[in-house]
Amino acid sequence: MTGFFLSQIQGLDPLTSDEVLVAQNVFFALIALVMILAALKMVTTENIVHAALYLVIVLAGAAGMFILLGAEFVAVTQILVYIGAIIVLFLFGIMLTKGSFGTEEGELRERNRMAVLVAVLIVAVTSGSFIDSFRDAELNRQAPSTTADIGDSIFGQFIIPFEAISVLLLAALIGSVVIARRDQ
Amino acid sequence: MLLNQFLILSAVLFSIGVYGVLTRRNGVMVLMSIELILNSVNINLVAFAAFREAIPGEVFALFVIAVAAAEVGVGLAMVLLLYRNRRNIDLAGIDSMKG
Repeated sequence: MTGFFLSQIQGLDPLTSDEVLVAQNVFFALIALVMILAALKMVTTENIVHAALYLVIVLAGAAGMFILLGAEFVAVTQILVYIGAIIVLFLFGIMLTKGSFGTEEGELRERNRMAVLVAVLIVAVTSGSFIDSFRDAELNRQAPSTTADIGDSIFGQFIIPFEAISVLLLAALIGSVVIARRDQ
Repeated sequence: MLLNQFLILSAVLFSIGVYGVLTRRNGVMVLMSIELILNSVNINLVAFAAFREAIPGEVFALFVIAVAAAEVGVGLAMVLLLYRNRRNIDLAGIDSMKG
């Protein structure tokens, strides 16, 4: 069975590099559009559970971007840690604090105009400087980075930061237990 | 693919996250907007890693993911404490430190 599929795949014409580039750009445009729309819905929706689900779409889109950039290990970690763990944590947080706003109608938007101004300014300034600095810098990665390279780098060059991160995670674990404990 | 298309996408996502932090009054929503910001930074780091064909950018993205996990844990514990003490998580009502 597997041999049949393998022979079918090998029978296909390999894509030329131009076709790969077009496919990459099409997928980039699709994923980017979905990500931006979901992010906008996330910050404007009144229903906070829906906001968490829109956040899932944005995070999955980011994982797709990492795949496009050839960073497969980061993409897998993104799905495992963000979509698998952090979103569940958020849903628990939403459940445990539910009803504090009743319907989300109470969310005032008094600073809306100022916030839009700040957001537009951030996009304008950063995009302007990006376009100025990297006008048409091409991404021409030949091969995706392998997980083995990342492991070598973490346990070689970055061993001290890695240990610091593990202590930080332990401290955050203990800290959140202490903060949320009922009997003070 | 151009480097700029990833950088501008991450700038747009970053500013949407900042808009969420500034406008939402629900503590959990503010934490989710911060996740959006951290995620856009990750796209930036990985894009530069691909541009320079260097591994450290991806390692830093992994570190950012770990820090984000720690931040969400502590942040949600604080939101729960807030809810237990005040019965709501409206950040606009928290002014006891007169900041």
